Amino acid sequence: MNAAVPLSFSPDRQRQVVAALKAVLPPHCVLFDEEDTRPYECDGLAAYRQLPMVVVLPENEAQVVDILKTCHGLAVQIVPRGAGTGLSGGAMPIADGVVLSTARLKRIISVDNYSRTAVVQPGVRNLAISEAAAPYGLYYAPDPSSQIACSIGGNVAENSGGVHCLKYGLTVHNVLRVRIVTIEGDVVELGNAALDAAGLDLLAVFIGSEGMLGVVTEVTVKLIPKPQQARVIMASFDDVVKGGNAVANVIAAGIIPAGLEMMDQTSVRMVEPFVQAGYDVSATAILLCESDGTAAEVEEEIARMQAVLNASGATAMSVSQSDAERLRFWSGRKNAFPAAGRISPDYYCMDGTIPRKKLAEVLLGIAAMEQKYGLRCANVFHAGDGNLHPLILFDANLADEFHRAELFGAEILELCVAVGGTITGEHGVGVEKINSMCVQFSPEEREAFFKVKRAFDPAFLLNPDKGIPSLHRCAEYGKMHVQRGQLKFPELPRF
Amino acid sequence: MEQILQEFKTRIAAASGAQPLQIRGGGSKHWYGQRPTGELLDTGGYSGIVEYEPTELVITARCGTPLSEIDAVLAANHQVLAFEPPRFGGVATVGGMVAAGLSGPGRQFSGAVRDFVLGADLMDAQGQILHFGGQVMKNVAGYDVSRLLVGSLGTLGLILHVSLKVLPQALASSTRVFEVGQAEAISMLNAWGGQPLPLSASAWINGVLTIRLSGAQAAVNEAVQQLGGAELTNGDDFWRDLREQSHLFFASAELPLWRLSVPSVAPPLALDGIPLIEWGGAQRWYRGQHNAADIRAVAQAAGGHASLHRGGDKSVGVFHPLAPALAKIHRNLKASFDPSGIFNPGRMYPDF
Repeated sequence: MNAAVPLSFSPDRQRQVVAALKAVLPPHCVLFDEEDTRPYECDGLAAYRQLPMVVVLPENEAQVVDILKTCHGLAVQIVPRGAGTGLSGGAMPIADGVVLSTARLKRIISVDNYSRTAVVQPGVRNLAISEAAAPYGLYYAPDPSSQIACSIGGNVAENSGGVHCLKYGLTVHNVLRVRIVTIEGDVVELGNAALDAAGLDLLAVFIGSEGMLGVVTEVTVKLIPKPQQARVIMASFDDVVKGGNAVANVIAAGIIPAGLEMMDQTSVRMVEPFVQAGYDVSATAILLCESDGTAAEVEEEIARMQAVLNASGATAMSVSQSDAERLRFWSGRKNAFPAAGRISPDYYCMDGTIPRKKLAEVLLGIAAMEQKYGLRCANVFHAGDGNLHPLILFDANLADEFHRAELFGAEILELCVAVGGTITGEHGVGVEKINSMCVQFSPEEREAFFKVKRAFDPAFLLNPDKGIPSLHRCAEYGKMHVQRGQLKFPELPRF
Repeated sequence: MEQILQEFKTRIAAASGAQPLQIRGGGSKHWYGQRPTGELLDTGGYSGIVEYEPTELVITARCGTPLSEIDAVLAANHQVLAFEPPRFGGVATVGGMVAAGLSGPGRQFSGAVRDFVLGADLMDAQGQILHFGGQVMKNVAGYDVSRLLVGSLGTLGLILHVSLKVLPQALASSTRVFEVGQAEAISMLNAWGGQPLPLSASAWINGVLTIRLSGAQAAVNEAVQQLGGAELTNGDDFWRDLREQSHLFFASAELPLWRLSVPSVAPPLALDGIPLIEWGGAQRWYRGQHNAADIRAVAQAAGGHASLHRGGDKSVGVFHPLAPALAKIHRNLKASFDPSGIFNPGRMYPDF
């Protein structure tokens, strides 16, 4: 799968596009030699690669406008790219297209403790915002596990979450305004520094649009006060169903934990030797349940959560007694992905969301698929909001394993849809899950998405062929599905 | 219910190219937006809660479901709509709530209607039923069209079902009052906003700042100790009156009511009259005969916008004009979702 791909653009076209871009950009902002463009051939989903024809690195908004107008004029397709940490191939280049990297738009324009907002350029790292706000006792709430590297522009594109989003929300709940450039070169403000804006809520539809509607040049984020204290309970269960019920019982008790995570035994045994988090490797599942607030508030909530977990059949429980211990408890969960990389040459991370009550059914289904595909799978679960991350372990060097991993992943996503969930909770569709979109949405629904796209990008040049599959693609995928007897809408025409 | 859906479909088919439709739920907000035109499409019959799972924190209801019905089932499970939409006498419906997108006192700290919409089904201009979003907290498959419907005033299609995130009731709360001037109130609210306090609502009217603290008992007690102020014993009534716009401030119905949405830190605005200030400073109501262009210029200079919320001369435009590039995207969206212009035409903007 990683074999070198032959060049698939014509040298003449490349010369034409490079010349046009160099007319509006300083030379160091335009890359086109293979050794310079090679690093952009993939994002965090490294199994999908494509060498781009040209890469541009604008240094200000005026240059973004010029790039988009130039590409629009030449009908060149553009793939916007943030930090390249995305897990769904949303930033995978197009062979005869341009990659627009926001890496040089990395200025924190302002951090205002009085209004509790920060204005930043898209290339600013997620964690850098919280670091800049820390002296004021404030932080930016969404904390995807890649927050040390991922950029806010990418977070806007994917509507990123994190382990605290049940209580503090996703990107869409924490961004007040984005300034974008459309493919036609119009600069448009969506949202503002107030809590709402006139007209339709285009900010809501833009967030999570995977770079298909416009290029972000500026973002205003909300900053919130850092809780004075946080403590986490680590609870063991001898049965995943009991663990799942414990989660429901916590919610039913009127508690919204700051974080609520579950790991299955495979995950626990995978991470424990790696980080020594003190996890109970004999447990079938462990729950991490965090409370934050003032000291008295946390004490009250921890006591209530302990009572619920006890009543739900926890076999062991410990509560962090210091922040160091809290971070140690979390370290296993946060290192689940690297730990998977340590015990397996490759792993494939899925991202379905399910109604929590379906957890046992889905985990049993995944266990059956492990047998079917002959591959192991470790499950980590944002239990509070139903977002499941099965990590399928495989070896890309063994013939057919990646292919089996892909089929395994697609079947997990179908199961998520079948139980009333969705194919992606936070990683986005990108190229990776584009076929699974055919399972979740009808042709009419996909056409509605295209209507949204055309309203922003009538020429269909911004990150096309990502996110929303065409009728043709779904028809191809549908054929495969008929063979497997999985077609969701057998009554619908397939073209 | 299938029959009602079929009727909707027939009405939509008949409307295309003939008489546009004005969609109405409980009719509690018929005064909101530009004047409704077209034939009435009443959604009241399409009512009822489809699914409610307290432990999943999600309720799904048909568009004509009265909010009073939602409130009753949530209350039985100690849960709430945290964005506190106005009920307007209990007749406001789920569909109308989403279409108008109005949030109440809890908006600044808990979020707006759009923050709690997880999914929606829409009947489009061809009478097809489209599903967007879902019943789960996290969902990034496809564009977030369900949130786009919030505040769309029914201009993109007929909202059929909505799934909403619900939250547990606060375990404890306390309403406190402080006698302070407008500028001081704005500065206190913004300073408090930067501290880890369980603030859940605020209002400043005529020299009195009222705040609500909600959360764990310990957190509320600590905040009361820290902030002081006097306890308002009938606090719940106060917040309800504010939410329902039945508070005395809203009483003089003959005067136009303007809503200004501005950054919370905006100093007192140079406008005639004394405002009612909510949302930590971010929402400011003015009652009076203001010149539309002037009040909009003031709101815009402060970084926000102004809408003629109720009453007055709607020919000045109820909603703040859009910048040209933004208006272009709006027109494109409307033209593709509603090509014959049958859904609430002109309700948001005259040409939309």
